[in-house]
Parts: sequence; structure tokens; C-alpha cells
Amino acid sequence: MTRPFGSAMLLAGSLAALATRGAAQDTTHAVDQGVRVGFDYAPGTQPGLVVLPASGLDSARAIVERDLDYSDRFQIVQIGSASGVGGRGGSESGGISYGIYKALGAEFGVELTAAAGGGVTVRLHNVTAGKVQNQQNFSLPAPADASYRLEVHRIADEVARWATGTPGVAASRVLFVSGGRVYVMDSDGEAITPLTPADQTSLSPAWSPDGQRFAYTVLGGGRGGVTVQTLGGGAALQVPGTNTGLNITPAFSPDGRFLAYAHSDENGTDIYLANIADRCCAQRLTVGRYADNLSPTFSPDGRRLAFVSTRAGPPQIYVMAADGTDQELLAPFDYGATGASNAPEWSPDGANVVFHREVSGSPQLFLVDVASRRVRQLTSSGRNEDPTWAPDGRHITFVSDRSGARQLWVIDIETGRVRQLKSPGAARLPAWSRRLSRTAVAP
Amino acid sequence: MRAPTLLLVLATAGFAAACGGKPKPEQPAPEPAPAATPAPTPAPVDNSAEQRRADSLAAANAAAERIKAVAADLAAMINFDYDQAVIRQNDQSTLDRKASILAANPNVKVQISGHADERGSDEYNLALGNRRAAAAKRYLENKGIDPSRMDVVSYGEERPLNQGHDEAAYAQNRRDEFTITSGGDNLVAPQ
Repeated sequence: MTRPFGSAMLLAGSLAALATRGAAQDTTHAVDQGVRVGFDYAPGTQPGLVVLPASGLDSARAIVERDLDYSDRFQIVQIGSASGVGGRGGSESGGISYGIYKALGAEFGVELTAAAGGGVTVRLHNVTAGKVQNQQNFSLPAPADASYRLEVHRIADEVARWATGTPGVAASRVLFVSGGRVYVMDSDGEAITPLTPADQTSLSPAWSPDGQRFAYTVLGGGRGGVTVQTLGGGAALQVPGTNTGLNITPAFSPDGRFLAYAHSDENGTDIYLANIADRCCAQRLTVGRYADNLSPTFSPDGRRLAFVSTRAGPPQIYVMAADGTDQELLAPFDYGATGASNAPEWSPDGANVVFHREVSGSPQLFLVDVASRRVRQLTSSGRNEDPTWAPDGRHITFVSDRSGARQLWVIDIETGRVRQLKSPGAARLPAWSRRLSRTAVAP
Repeated sequence: MRAPTLLLVLATAGFAAACGGKPKPEQPAPEPAPAATPAPTPAPVDNSAEQRRADSLAAANAAAERIKAVAADLAAMINFDYDQAVIRQNDQSTLDRKASILAANPNVKVQISGHADERGSDEYNLALGNRRAAAAKRYLENKGIDPSRMDVVSYGEERPLNQGHDEAAYAQNRRDEFTITSGGDNLVAPQ
């Protein structure tokens, strides 16, 4: 990796205070907080990227820059908008001073300019090649509009796709429970909105694949039904078969037509599959005979379900066909030694199931590789539980008490970077949506 | 067979309730007219009525106490080992006593609620609490109690009895609670 080291050193004096690694303040890792000029590519390859000052588009620019930072696919070269470094002025292709950005370690420059009709023109400059690599106009509602942030997130995701071939995951949302209410927020922890009433105890929120609906349990008097609610103040319906006993841990099938959930009564807790598309029929998938089976999670092809079972004693992670056949252990454990394992969620790429497992009395995140059944531990400090996958299959939101209260954090399993998501008070049971389309309704 | 102690067909205690349950002849009669004449030296009265009243009061109080004791036995909690829903040896006598009470009071219905300590996941603890409640129900069913008289619910870790975060608190919080949902007004003690 050759870098224009000499010119960077010359510039360092004037730019040092402005060029810092965007991640530094959010990471719990011992990342140096000092001057960064973008040479350090470890771990993995993260091309340097600078988001140019965007006159009149400051809020959109800030969102895009943070989204690209949170994608963990770039080293963000931060510059202040008043630095005088940004903007045009050079004579190189696109009118951008590629030399300066190259010296800062940026391989990419993202430029937002206001377009006619209220939209925005987005250009991805390939600084190394010295040219505009991609350019597209996006329509953008006014910042006060409920869909504004989602549309800006979609710009960031598209820029990530231009630069890396894989779209980002900024245009997604996270459900979570705090104080018995289900809330939704943007993937960057902003725009927190309650979705369920304050006077009811709600649990176990789960997204529909299209991000238009969510399922959750409403607890009361030691029982609970599963409700499917449409966002944007839409209809709520109770899932067939959940009007008696305790019904928890709902999960949508990838086609959105079925809902798997655990039903508890005097015969134990077992997994059922309800046809919510036709609002009929709940089919029983497990027969626990007083052992518990719960927390179903579909493989992305919809053909299998991972779940928790106490059939061997402490809860562990199992897998079965979606019709309930071929039940077997998924995550190996040593009987009598391995701690309780819970909260599985199948990754969007199908390769892994993430879950939490007790280690010395504290839950930690683990992955089990579905093909090899190899288990890998992801966290080790504090309590870390209730993991949920981002649409990219590399980020995971989870609950951790590493800051004191139980809050939501995000780990990138490729770089190991951990950062905190905002949440009001104690938060638990997060659920990350798939990528949201333009038609996704505002909460 | 000590028949008198079994005459506990009484409601929630209180003298009035006790009297209501007694046969008519024991009803305290209205005071006779002579009592209206006050005198510095009280005239000797027939204190057998007084004595009967005191006796019935004592009996009613004792009955109320015994009902309270029966209700307390029916409500007595049982506890569980960590991540277990197996009825402990020393809780079996507690449940046996409940079975006797339920057998002697066929109109009584109870709700059994299972609880977990704060360790473990929220959702798993709901299932675990359910398993604990179901275990007690199954035990009582095996002792001959009609299952339709016992309702099973779970609060998971949502309702800790002890707010502490140590093993002593956890041990208290891993429990089944038993609540009378109907037919509890005329409890009788089992023989």
C-alpha cells in the first residue's frame, strides 16, 4: 500500500486538527484518538473516503458521512467545512483538488450538490484515478419530511455500493424494547419513535421482511398474545392461536406469509407456525413434553428454523426443517460445562447463526457456522446478549452493560469495531430490519 | 376424629360471620328487660349466655385463625434451583399440604404463577417460569387434583420478590406463587 507519505507530512501541519478518524469517539477499542491522515489500513482494507463540504446540504452531508463511517468499509477522512480544504478549485477532472485529498489518504471523495427541483446530485470521485466514478441525481424531501432521513440513508448506501460493490445498511431501522414499550429508530440511532402504548407491556419485537410490519408479544397477567402491527398507525391483528397461554418470540418467514412463535401452557413451551397471510391455522412444529422450545429464527431461504430447546437440560441452539422434521443440535456444547445458550438469529446470508451463551455467568455473543458447526466467540467484556443481524450480515446490534446500563451496541464482526447506538434508558431485545425500500412507511 | 375442630364452615372470620354460621339456638338472645335497671351493686345475672357468647367468639376467632392458616398453606410459595423446574424434595410436603386443602375444598380454584431470577434471557425466563408453574400443577394433578382447577401463568423475571442482585435474592425470586382465584371464601381445613 503505497501512499504519498511525503506530501501528507507537509500538509499535516495545517490539517492535523481537522483530519481525525471518524470512528475514534465511538469505539470502545483502544483506537488512537490522535491525528489521522489515513495511512493505517489495518484491519482489512478500508479505503480512505472524504465527504466534501456540501453547501446548503449540511444535514444530509453529516448523515451520509456518519452512515459511511458506520458501514465500517471506509476510513473516513474528516474535514471541517470551514477548513477551506473542501470544494472545487483544482484543475483536475471534476474540478476537485484531488491532490489534497490524496495526500489525506482518501481514495474516494463524495460530493453532494443541490440539484434543480429540490433534489441532490451525488458524485463519487475516485481520487486515485482522478475522475468522477459515479454520478446520480436523487430526489430528496425537505428535512422536516418524515421520509427525509431514510432517503439520505439510501444515498449513503448507494455510495457504498458504488465504491465497494456492496450497498450499505444505513437505510434500515432497529426495533427495541425499553420500559415495556417497543420503539423504532434509524440504523444510526436517531429518530427514536415509540410504536406501542405506554400502558402495556410489550416484548419480543420482530420485523416483517418488508419492514412494513412488526410482530410482538403483549404481556398481561402472566399471559400474552402475539400482535402483528403495520407501521404508520396501521392495523393491528392478533396472530391465530395466540389468544390463550403465553406466546412469545415471534419470527416472520422470509416470504412474510408465516409467523413462527413459541406458545407456553401447562404442557410446556413449543414452537408453532401460523399462516398469517390467510389468517388461519397454527401448525405445531415441536413436541417438547415439558421441555421448552422457543426463539425460532428462519434461514433466509425459509426452509429451516434454528431455535432454543431445553431437551438436553440447559437451553441450547438446535435446528429443524420448517415443517418441524429433522430436529438436531446446531451449536455443539459440552454437557455440564457449556453455559445456557439463547436468542439465536440466522444471518441474512445464511452462513451463520448468532446467539448468546453464558460464560462464567455472563452472556457473550457467539456465532455458529451453519455448514461446519464451528462455534466462535465474539465478545468477552461485560454482559452481551440478544444479538440481531444487520442486513449486510457483518454488523450485529446487541444489548451490553459495558457502559453501566443495558444499552444497544453495534459490533462489526469483520473489523471487531464496537460502537454504541443511542437508546433511551435501558434497552433490550433489539431487532434489525432488512434494507428498507423507498416505499417504507415512516413510523 | 376431633369433630369440633372440623366445624370450620366459616367465611373470612369476624364475629358476625361466625354467628351466622352457628345454629339458630346459639344466636345471642336480646337482653331481658331487668338489665335496664342500673344498681351500684350489679345484680347477679345468669352468665351462661355471656359464657356462650364468649365461647362462640373464641371459637369464631379460632376458626378464623385456622382459615387463615389454611389460606396461608395454600398460598405458600415453593422455590427452585437455578435454571431448574424440578420440584425440590423439601417442597413436596408444601405441595402435599396444598393437595389436601384442594381436595377438602373442591370449589377452590388456584392460579399458579412461575417466576425466574434476573439471570438468563427475558424470553427464556418466561418459558422457564411457565415450566415451573406447570411442574407444580403436574405434581398436584398426580395427587388427584382436577387440572381444570389449576391455572398456569408465567411472569418470567418481571416480578422479582427481592430486588437484590445476589444469590440470596435470586433464590427467593425463583419461585411459584399460588393464588386463589375462586371459591376461597369458605375454606375448610383438610382432615
